Amino acid sequence: MRHQKIALLVMLAIFAAAPLVVYPVFMMKVMCFALFACAFNLLIGFGGLLSFGHAMFLGTAGYITAHAAKEWGFPPELAILLGTGAAFLLGVITGLLAIRRQGIYFAMITLALAQMIYFFYLQAPFTHGEDGIQSVPRGKLFGFIDLGNIMTMYYTVLVIFFAGFLLIWRTIHSPFGQVLKAIRENEQRAISLGYDTTHYKFQAYVLSATLAGLAGATKAIVFQLASLTDVHWTMSGEVVLMTLLGGLGTIFGPVVGALIIITMENYLAQLGAWVTIVQGAIFVVCVLTFRRGVVGEIAHFLKKPL
Amino acid sequence: MTEIFGVPTQALFGQLLIGLINGSFYALLSLGLAVIFGLLNIINFTHGAQYMLGAFCAYFLLHKLGLGYWWSLAIAPLAVGAFGVLIERTMLKQLYKLDHLYGLLLTFGLALIIQGIFRHEFGSSGLPYPIPQELTGSRNLGFMFLPNYRAWVIVASLVVCIGTWFVIERTKLGAYLRAATENPALVQAFGINVPRMITLTYGFGVALAALAGVMAAPIYQVSPQMGADLIIVVFAVVVIGGMGSIMGSVLTGFGLGIVEGLTKVFYPEASNTVIFIIMAIVLLIKPAGLFGTQK
Amino acid sequence: MKVKQLAAAVALALGTTAAVQAQVSDGVIKIGVLNDQSSLYADLAGQGSVVAARMAVEDFGAAKKGMKVEIITADHQNKADLGSQVARQWYDVDKVDVIVDVPNSGVALAVNQITRDKGKAFLVSGAASADLTGKACSPNTIHWTYDTWMLANGTGNAIVKTGGDTWFFLTADYAFGHALERDTEAVVQKAGGKVLGKVRHPLNTQDFSSFLLQAQSSKAKIIGLANAGGDTTNSIKQAAEFGIVKGGQNLAGLLVFLTDVHGLGLQTAQGLILTETFYWDQNEQTRAFAKRFQQANRGIYPTMVHAGVYSSVLHYLKAVEALKGDEGAKVIAKMKELPTEDPLFGKGRVRQDGRKIHPAYLLEVKKPSESKYAYDYYKVRATIPADQAFRPEKDGGCSLVK
Repeated sequence: MRHQKIALLVMLAIFAAAPLVVYPVFMMKVMCFALFACAFNLLIGFGGLLSFGHAMFLGTAGYITAHAAKEWGFPPELAILLGTGAAFLLGVITGLLAIRRQGIYFAMITLALAQMIYFFYLQAPFTHGEDGIQSVPRGKLFGFIDLGNIMTMYYTVLVIFFAGFLLIWRTIHSPFGQVLKAIRENEQRAISLGYDTTHYKFQAYVLSATLAGLAGATKAIVFQLASLTDVHWTMSGEVVLMTLLGGLGTIFGPVVGALIIITMENYLAQLGAWVTIVQGAIFVVCVLTFRRGVVGEIAHFLKKPL
Repeated sequence: MTEIFGVPTQALFGQLLIGLINGSFYALLSLGLAVIFGLLNIINFTHGAQYMLGAFCAYFLLHKLGLGYWWSLAIAPLAVGAFGVLIERTMLKQLYKLDHLYGLLLTFGLALIIQGIFRHEFGSSGLPYPIPQELTGSRNLGFMFLPNYRAWVIVASLVVCIGTWFVIERTKLGAYLRAATENPALVQAFGINVPRMITLTYGFGVALAALAGVMAAPIYQVSPQMGADLIIVVFAVVVIGGMGSIMGSVLTGFGLGIVEGLTKVFYPEASNTVIFIIMAIVLLIKPAGLFGTQK
Repeated sequence: MKVKQLAAAVALALGTTAAVQAQVSDGVIKIGVLNDQSSLYADLAGQGSVVAARMAVEDFGAAKKGMKVEIITADHQNKADLGSQVARQWYDVDKVDVIVDVPNSGVALAVNQITRDKGKAFLVSGAASADLTGKACSPNTIHWTYDTWMLANGTGNAIVKTGGDTWFFLTADYAFGHALERDTEAVVQKAGGKVLGKVRHPLNTQDFSSFLLQAQSSKAKIIGLANAGGDTTNSIKQAAEFGIVKGGQNLAGLLVFLTDVHGLGLQTAQGLILTETFYWDQNEQTRAFAKRFQQANRGIYPTMVHAGVYSSVLHYLKAVEALKGDEGAKVIAKMKELPTEDPLFGKGRVRQDGRKIHPAYLLEVKKPSESKYAYDYYKVRATIPADQAFRPEKDGGCSLVK
């Protein structure tokens, strides 16, 4: 545990100091996606459920937040709260539909639900389809902190990211988290011990959905834009990639995975299709030879969980 | 002009016919996917990319070697099928002992690589491929002009689908295959080379995808992205039909095309979503699919 | 005396350039060409726009005048979020002073807002939405080349006058498609025509069969294609397959580029009526430009978008030189002050609402037998004078117009 706490402090220090050397908007993007990946990892790494539709939470929260901030004039904290709440609701509804299935069927049904959501947003007038919701105001946090200032925005995002991360941390280290891990290892045995596994999985799913929503809501305020890209199934694929690369079932893995993938995308952006090729290659390599992921390999080397 | 539910019958029949044409592609593609999943338990996310490879193969055969459509129908599936065999031998084999989801992730990654490479080389706007001379022109059916080529698509896919179903369900070869997937050790003990059967079956499924690609080239334009969004729909078809059932996938494929066509007439906004709604409902009520059996 | 005058002149020239250098941010004028380089708009803009920008910098003689100009480029893939991220990064980190081109109205509107927030400059050549000089007008943006209003009035009017009075719209489902449909519908109705129906299709659709079927059953005389690039060429090709024209209906390509006609081939495209603001084969100057251009652009001839990039960059550099600085809104204001002149569009000016004015041409695609050489595709049917080609300034709802 102690080494995990050290790693946590190191991560916090890096993110706090980063804007002095790195373009802050880039780091904010990393933090939003890191939170998204961590939320996703909660479900697959600790719950053993591969959701292939997680983008629906990211995107839904983004759209609701953008709409609330732009059309209803909500201050950013309320807009983000509303967006996260919408993701929570969506999580509950889709969870009720999906959670009874396992493995492949669970992945397929989450994919189907996510596609439905995508096409709904494509048609719904409030999203403006291909153009997205643009010019979302950053507003004043709590009425007086001006988020137009880039450093203020940065530290706000840092606080949100850290809060989400800590919540996941607490969940994993709690009795609830232990039961989840037990279910992932051997569900039948967990049932025989008297645990209502469906209920636990459902709760993990909803928590994962809500935190993914938090990431999406924050992203909409940072980039002042909510678009179809955030609900497309390729976004669901990306978060799988980030988590896989970073290390499924590790605490810090998704953060590292997100950092690597976003950096790669940024540098290769000029080369267009190369981004897709490299992403595909990472998938293949990870699945064949690097299943533990970056952090997983480090943890294996140190013989301590990370 | 007669009307059904406020829609002129002419328009209705026209859209139904178009739906049937689209359904032929869904059926052909889901056939390959169903063969691979049903018999091998591999989730082949690369199917869309392999469909695209088939179309590009036809394009290259025409532009580099001057070989036309009819040649491509034979050569492209063989070429892409061979590529599939290569993938299976080198990569998929290693994942059989692991959770199925790794297979899904691997094939997903392969799809990204293939699509990325082609997008890099060719952009994403699509290359033209001409309709073969023999099939140009259209027939005036009264309620619409039916292009001859599209009529051919319906006929050809029906033939291929029924043919495949027949081989798998009614012939000795098919019986061996089905037995091998149920109990490989036992079948191997009988002296049948099970790994080779699996490899060839994967290759066959991939070849079916490539065949669909060649048939799509004249109407849908040859583009690196052509398989990407289609694959999700095809997955839905296979899931609805029943992941082990060949006939289920074929019937669902045609059925979906028709349902989509009807939706486009009465409520076009939902035409993209209807398949997923059906899939969600089926998964809730009968997770093994309409024609499938729970494994 | 002469030597002294010469010395004085040299000193003045050097001093001037030094002054320009001193006030230009970081001593470099950085131009960012942002467009679609891999998808359905890659041919009508794409790499060609970069070529056009370079030619403009060369022809302006930036090197001789001692002005350092750099050009960078990126692919926005028709995604508003990608486009806005690139724009943000370019302005914040890469010190880009002006962004040019940006086809795809959705992306253009996003970049328009960011440019305004950051106080930079934006010269739109590729995008079409007339809202850029209407309700989204900005003191940091100039809309060059063309817009939906001009297209609607050019092509729309001409077709209705020749008897095409019932319309069915096939519209690309985003900002541009909606704007084009709205503006053309207004023209059709004003000219006494009727719109019998419309259907929206997603951007980059491959299969138009069910939409075309709906168009067919509407029995409208004209099927208006409110889309562009690959979507337009696909609709036209598939319309031929389904016997639309044989059945007695006609297609109106509301936005067609030279590269689309090239892709379709004259056999399929002949007779299409379209409106553009530049055609390479108009006069000696445009022909000379086209010759240079296609040598640098893999043999592809310039579309009006490419011409617009050339023209806007040229005028921008002139304004920077005159202003001796490159602060966004000020350069734009200077560009509105100075009349424009270049070998491609001739003489023109930029209005208060940011709309560049120049004549428009009603063109018809030649029959294969009428075409004598490469890219000889158009007959000029009519010339619409500059002050009639674009929406009257007062009608746009732009807050900059007093």
